[in-house]
Amino acid sequence: MARDTLTGSRIRERRIILGLKQAELAKRADISPSYLNLIEHNRRRIGGRLLVDIARILEVEPSVLTEGAEAALIGALREAASGPLGAAAEQDRVDEFAGRFPGWAALLARSQRRIQSLERAVDTLSDRVTHDPQLAASLHEMLSRVTAIRSAASILAEPGDISPEWQGRFHRNIYEDSGQLAETSRALVAYLEAADDKSGSEATAPEEEVDAILEEAQYVFPALEAGSASAEIDPAVPEMLAESLAQGRSEAAKALLTAQLSRYATDAAALPLAALTEALARCGPDPVALAAETGHGVARVMRRLAMLDPDAVDRPEAPAGFGLAICDASGVLTFRKSLPDFPMPRFGAGCPLWPLYAALNRPGEPISVLVLHPGQPPRPHRAFAIAEPLGPPRLDRAPLYEATMLVTPVAEDHAERALPVGVNCRICPRRNCDGRREPSILGRDPREEF
Amino acid sequence: MTKRLLLIEDEPNIIEAIGFILARDGWHVKSHTSGKDAAEVARRERPDVVILDVMLPGKSGYDILREIRADDSLAGLPVLMLTARGQSKDRELAEQAGANRFMTKPFSNSEVLDAVRALAPAS
Repeated sequence: MARDTLTGSRIRERRIILGLKQAELAKRADISPSYLNLIEHNRRRIGGRLLVDIARILEVEPSVLTEGAEAALIGALREAASGPLGAAAEQDRVDEFAGRFPGWAALLARSQRRIQSLERAVDTLSDRVTHDPQLAASLHEMLSRVTAIRSAASILAEPGDISPEWQGRFHRNIYEDSGQLAETSRALVAYLEAADDKSGSEATAPEEEVDAILEEAQYVFPALEAGSASAEIDPAVPEMLAESLAQGRSEAAKALLTAQLSRYATDAAALPLAALTEALARCGPDPVALAAETGHGVARVMRRLAMLDPDAVDRPEAPAGFGLAICDASGVLTFRKSLPDFPMPRFGAGCPLWPLYAALNRPGEPISVLVLHPGQPPRPHRAFAIAEPLGPPRLDRAPLYEATMLVTPVAEDHAERALPVGVNCRICPRRNCDGRREPSILGRDPREEF
Repeated sequence: MTKRLLLIEDEPNIIEAIGFILARDGWHVKSHTSGKDAAEVARRERPDVVILDVMLPGKSGYDILREIRADDSLAGLPVLMLTARGQSKDRELAEQAGANRFMTKPFSNSEVLDAVRALAPAS
């Protein structure tokens, strides 16, 4: 989907926001209303002088009309507005806000993410105080010592009969207990300080840390591709790479990243870049056809396509690249690579209408569906999904499935036949949806009738 | 007749201090440090009052208390529970298990003495 094919839709949207009639805009831009109509329906390309003029009349930068505000940004803004602080946000004008103030909008979206991760940090920390066994044991030990000391000390201090032998005994006990108390307190302080040092990374969910690392690398790891000439991959390579990428991160994040990168290396060794690009040139970006051509599983082909270096490979068929979602048999997303126009939730499950979940019901059967996110202009995507068993077959238990979904944008004229889906229910405007888990925070939008 | 008290607690210095003040108050104090056979010891010793620590090696004080409450031969035995955590959850658990009183460490000697005196059956 070339971006400039949607310029007309954005002009129309912007014009309607400003309450400008088509004829009026046409007159001010010095073109005929019918020509503007063709532009607004993306039937005529627009650029150069005319674009600049129309942008000026519509009071936006020309790039806002040609590039639009990304759906991911809009999604993040809607999420921010869905929170307890967002009641006063003008949700019907979110596109306008993101379009006119992209910098401020990005700041708001980033702040929203930061709030989410900090809230999770608070949860983790309060959990630690209640459930940390070492903390509980230290406190118990200290309280026991304090109890013994207090009891013995008050026997010595308060009036009452006490023989010199007992007196000596309690003096000794207090001496012992206070020594022990000092030791335990010192150990507790040391433990809390150590926990303090680590808390910066530990407080974030490990999945989030891994997502951040993968995103920064744009999901491409040449080091793992290079080793793919030989059939055997050294398991130490992904491990060392994970170790260096996850420096300063939590142990859990390191383990997760190692698992992701090991899989990447195995995939790359089995289906090297050269073989993949060759097959891609013959079959186009269809993972099912590519799987048949290369003799690999559909899920592996999907993973390889999603990790293609955007700069290294010429992809005329899919200029915007591929998004990827992987979920385990319980539906929990274990991997997500969003596209600008196909955002995926950072936490929690995705939209139940995603073919990803339908694939779990039809193990081994590849599914290909056109899907459509809510929003204007329509942004249809082709989604491929398949559920494949994990591990070798066993006689004593049923296979455990994992579903993989690959998404890639397609031309806008596919929109009419596409299955309407969403990101997640909170920020989805679609009414009458059987898959709805919770009410939407969005106002009703007549365009989004299911 | 001298009243008998069973102190189930694993800290020797706490045993010594509480044992001393109760003995001075006229109690016959028997102490026991393990949780495993605590209910059995209670059956054998026939105390008038039990002081039971929640955190014991081998078995939790709540489990011991449930065992005591399930035993008809120990019916009506007053139990004072000691804990190092004052959370309302602990108090709730103690009440559910059938404790007559609940005390949080660190307590004062007079608090324990008053509680034990109040729990002692009038004779």
